Amino acid sequence: MNKNYWLIISILVLVVFTFAIFISKAAQFEKEGNLLTVKSCDGKKTIFVEGFKEGEKMSKEKAQVVANLLMDLIKICNQEVIAKLKEDNSVIVLNDASLILPDLKPGKTPVLLAHGGQPHTKKEIKLFESEEKRMIDEGYKVFHDSSLGTNGISCDMCHPDASNTHAETYPKFQTQLKKVATLREMINWCIENPLEGAKLKHDDPKMIALETYITSTRKGKVLEPGKH
Amino acid sequence: MNNGFPQKTTGGIKRRDFLRMAAGTAVATISGVITPLVIKVAHGKGKLEPFTFAYISDAHLYAGNPNHRFVKAIKKAVADVNSLNPQPDFVFFGGDLAQLGQPDELELGKGILSDVKAKIHMMVGEHDWYFDMGRKWREFFGKDVYSFDHKGVHFVVLNSVIVKDYWTAPNMTPMERMKAMAQLDNPKGEAFTVGEEQRKWLKNDLSKISKDTPLIIFSHSPLYKYYRPWNFWTDDAEQVQEILFPFEKVTVIHGHTHQTVTNKIKNITFHGLLSTAWPWPYPPQGIPKLTIQMDRADPFNQFDGCGDGRVDILSSGEVNKTYNFWDRNPMEVTFERVSKETGSETPGPSY
Repeated sequence: MNKNYWLIISILVLVVFTFAIFISKAAQFEKEGNLLTVKSCDGKKTIFVEGFKEGEKMSKEKAQVVANLLMDLIKICNQEVIAKLKEDNSVIVLNDASLILPDLKPGKTPVLLAHGGQPHTKKEIKLFESEEKRMIDEGYKVFHDSSLGTNGISCDMCHPDASNTHAETYPKFQTQLKKVATLREMINWCIENPLEGAKLKHDDPKMIALETYITSTRKGKVLEPGKH
Repeated sequence: MNNGFPQKTTGGIKRRDFLRMAAGTAVATISGVITPLVIKVAHGKGKLEPFTFAYISDAHLYAGNPNHRFVKAIKKAVADVNSLNPQPDFVFFGGDLAQLGQPDELELGKGILSDVKAKIHMMVGEHDWYFDMGRKWREFFGKDVYSFDHKGVHFVVLNSVIVKDYWTAPNMTPMERMKAMAQLDNPKGEAFTVGEEQRKWLKNDLSKISKDTPLIIFSHSPLYKYYRPWNFWTDDAEQVQEILFPFEKVTVIHGHTHQTVTNKIKNITFHGLLSTAWPWPYPPQGIPKLTIQMDRADPFNQFDGCGDGRVDILSSGEVNKTYNFWDRNPMEVTFERVSKETGSETPGPSY
């Protein structure tokens, strides 16, 4: 009798706590004001649409953005997602901070980067590749541009197809610099010396682009820092 | 990169030993530094008077700054050839005097080369040509295709940088055309050719020459197929070689590659020239097997991997070729060395 009593108490406490958690979680995602709620057909994705009240009809453009976002969310994961679509079409995921969504541009399909435990989708892979290629192409331009220096010389003149740059061997001790140098430091050395230009900050977009291009030409090589 | 070839030696010859060997031939002294510089050409029948000519190549000058590193470099080469004692019979310039074919670049180069004491023979490179299609170059230096005889050797200078018209259809400006051509690793680059007109001219020019007369052919691009992505290549090389095969002794000397490179196809020996401006790395494939590769250049030393050189013509009509590196031991590629090793029987590797 005594045992049963404690069991009932325990179950009751558990039920109350679960309910409390549910209430607080629901409160956490409660719409700020009266926002239009749209759910995916599987019921797992919920979007609160800023700028439209419950029952209000969306514009055709907005409806398309919402539809695209729902489709992308369905594609990338099976989990429940509660998100707010702001008026500027940026997306905030309310129930999972690990889902990172970039800003959505009006009229464009939302781009989603997180994979929520699922393999990368074709669309994601395409995005990774196209962004990588964009930086490689930018780096190729900088590499072949004599305006990086002051004397007409460009990187490719000594390094056609980025040959003899051996990115996989950095960082390594450079006798002439008397220290362990990174690839970016050697890039700057070339800019300052043969090209007689001003060195780039290590986070300069041109530096990142140069590094991306140079490194891309050594894809598949064994990483051998320190090798001469 | 250096394929096990010891750094700072050339063909196993130490600089000191080379100088000892070279003593009594063409040896130069500049401020106490001895600089061997010459390319020797030699003949089988032992009937020639041996002689020597020197070379300077691929200066790639920019105008506007008299202290530009490439200006300093070509002046260093001019000082080298002027200090040769005895003087070479002539100095050959291997093309790419200018970087972007600008009139002031060519003029600057002309002025610097006018300080060369010996007679000078000029060849055109793509960097001289594609801004105004050689107009200024020809105005300064005369014909781009010609031949001459010297001490029993027949010399031919070709313009091997002719390419298919890539500029008319997209309406390129002269500078756009020039810059597209100046980019060695341009993936859209058209292949160099000698062209039908010149091949016809060559056939005709050689029709008057006996088959035992040693030939030395100058071309800016290598007259074989080495590496297409960098235009280390002449697209109609086989057709030009066919014209040269009937001659007993043929040596082709080319610029453009900025490195030590040796090839042999049947009876034709090919030698590259050093640049005064910068060395090219070796491409990932296609390096002719007779080549003694030079070690990777020290980027901290402007002159490393650069230089000039000489050609010694032996009494046999054969050629000994010397690469005169400014900051390493010279490399002599002798006729004996080339003839002992089996050259490739087919034109270079295809891409």
